[in-house]
Amino acid sequence: MRRAYFKNNWIAALVVAPQLIIIFVFFYWPASQAIYWSLTLEQPWGGGNTWVGLENFRTVLSDPVYWSSIRVSIIFALASTALAMGMAMILALFADRQLTGYRLYRVGMIWPYAIAAPAVGLAFRFVFNPNAGLFSFINTIAPETWNPTLNGTQALIMVIIAGAWKLVSYNFIFFLAALQSIPRSLTEAAAMDGAGVLRRMRDVQLPLLAPTFFFILVINITDSFTDSFGIVDTLTGGGPARATDLMVYKIYSDGFRGFDYSGAATQSVILMGLVIALTFIQFRYVERRVHYT
Amino acid sequence: MKPNYLSTVAIAATLFAGAAAAQPVTFDYWYGLTGDLGAVVAETCNRFNASQSDYVINCVSQDGYEAAVQNTIAAFRAGQHPTIVQSFDAGTADLMLSGEFYAVSQMMADYDITIDWADYFPGISNYYAASNGDFFSMPFNSSTPVYYWNTAHFADAGLTEAPLTWEGMEAAFYALKAAGHDCPMAYAPSTWIDLEQFSMVHNIPVASNNNGYDGLDTELLFNTTLHVKHMENIQRWVNEGLLQIRTAQSGMNARDSFVQGECSIFFSSIADHNTVGKIAPEGLAWDVQMIPTYEGVERHNSVVGGASLWVLSGKTEAEYRGAAAYLAFLATADEQRFWSQNTGYIPVTDSAFQQLTAEGFYAEAPYAGREIAITSLTYTEPTELTRGIRLGGFIQIRSEWSNEIDAALSGQKTMQEALDTAVERGNAILARFARTYAGKTFP
Repeated sequence: MRRAYFKNNWIAALVVAPQLIIIFVFFYWPASQAIYWSLTLEQPWGGGNTWVGLENFRTVLSDPVYWSSIRVSIIFALASTALAMGMAMILALFADRQLTGYRLYRVGMIWPYAIAAPAVGLAFRFVFNPNAGLFSFINTIAPETWNPTLNGTQALIMVIIAGAWKLVSYNFIFFLAALQSIPRSLTEAAAMDGAGVLRRMRDVQLPLLAPTFFFILVINITDSFTDSFGIVDTLTGGGPARATDLMVYKIYSDGFRGFDYSGAATQSVILMGLVIALTFIQFRYVERRVHYT
Repeated sequence: MKPNYLSTVAIAATLFAGAAAAQPVTFDYWYGLTGDLGAVVAETCNRFNASQSDYVINCVSQDGYEAAVQNTIAAFRAGQHPTIVQSFDAGTADLMLSGEFYAVSQMMADYDITIDWADYFPGISNYYAASNGDFFSMPFNSSTPVYYWNTAHFADAGLTEAPLTWEGMEAAFYALKAAGHDCPMAYAPSTWIDLEQFSMVHNIPVASNNNGYDGLDTELLFNTTLHVKHMENIQRWVNEGLLQIRTAQSGMNARDSFVQGECSIFFSSIADHNTVGKIAPEGLAWDVQMIPTYEGVERHNSVVGGASLWVLSGKTEAEYRGAAAYLAFLATADEQRFWSQNTGYIPVTDSAFQQLTAEGFYAEAPYAGREIAITSLTYTEPTELTRGIRLGGFIQIRSEWSNEIDAALSGQKTMQEALDTAVERGNAILARFARTYAGKTFP
């Protein structure tokens, strides 16, 4: 393959400069500030700070509540990713089969992605309302069963479903695009060999989706660690009894509500490390099994 | 008539030049109240601007108490902060210790504006004043908790009066339940009511050092007081179905449950008096009462909740003069009446309250009943334990309390264990706060 090189490095630098500056201003600079704060006790009104070294990390990592927040975040990330990818995959496979009305369906599926997370939270607050929502039918059949205001597991399930719902349409777009780029001749050939619909999905379409699958996996996991704030805030506020206190929500409540800037910065650094590590693992081990065409 | 554009422009230019010569001083005010209440704040700004021509106050809504303080901190660090900010009670410890404010009593004295500070209700002044009696911030939207009761439901249960003791409340819960009202009380755990104001009216400590007023090396004490018994009672009442948990997350909050007639009682700020009056359907018979105390305990004053106005450091003298003029304007009896009429908040000075009473303000609906808040606030002279609460990291401590109460109410642990954990975790927050401000003391 032939490659084009810039003879003049200055032009190259100039061309990439805007992007580098943006990354620096919006990522490296705040991230370095967070790392600095995580090593100090910072006064919110800017009256100075005290250097404490790694003490903030020791405090946070020896706090059982923080570990439970990590645990909840991981459960949330894995469950909502699995749910969102599974649902999107099924929906995309069937939309790709061009059954009646699939065009309408395809457009309708994309809309939820345009809804802001807090609005999703509000909508689901109604759906899951134990007294008047759609889920209240559970309580009509078996009273006192569905009560996410006091039951932590149910509250977490609620947040997972809402989080997954928001990701489904995004995933759907990518899966559908990937399915449509699979040459028809392959599926037709499989059909002529006698493979049924499900068989064709399993042996032809899904393996060819692997690169998209991997991309969506990385995006979904990252997204559910860092972008789940709005849903938690409107749906549960982190409760009951911290059952849905995701890491990103805890950062917000400690830092912005509680004015513990150093504690929140420490948690941000840990979260950043965790997301980087997870992404690294995915690229190192999962991507090996992906075959790009 | 066809306008002569050229001359219009010329006149406009002259006017503009003239205006520039004596341009009024503009200063910013950021407030946290939202919705109807926020609109009334904006209206006070318009009234101030219309009342004089030397200053223009530019009022900006920040969409919530917490956001107002968060945004102000961010702006302050960038040197872009407003002159006045509305800060809520729990968010002020950091501001007090930072020293980045201009104490209002000092500012008024510096600009020769006379305010009768002794006229402020002691339950309010002690909350916002330094140990030497100077006011840090200007009392503004002030409230205190009461409970709202459905008089018709009480009548069904054969009760004519709202009890003033928890023993009486318990009897009322049973009577209401027996009379077919399935939700005697809509309950939402609230540190402000269940812990802070409860401790005030019982004259028991929330924390050592006189609730933190006397130093930063404070420890929480609420797991050793009558508060424990009270929360155990609440848990029991919840389990017996006398109290139903009604929060926004559960679909319908306590206030709406009360207004819809589903529940017979709910506890809230007196500031809700206005809202309940507005959204109540025709025919809802209701009244308010002081929060109860336990029998055998002498009732004390409750303290103020809500927010006060802080003047921040780093502004010009002209801006401070404007801020002083606005705060003095708000303190007049007329403006306090305007504020109380249009919100559920109470007047903050004795003279304004007397004037409103003399005018018959509290005699009839929709304002009747609001004087209960003043009765509660002025029930006794504040003691060392009922001045208020001054704790660092207070918002986090409140959240520790709420989370542990949730855990207890859902049966994960006993109430005593929950409160012990809340105190232990709260003490770690206090210790961390003391270290962040090592060597400093509350002024």
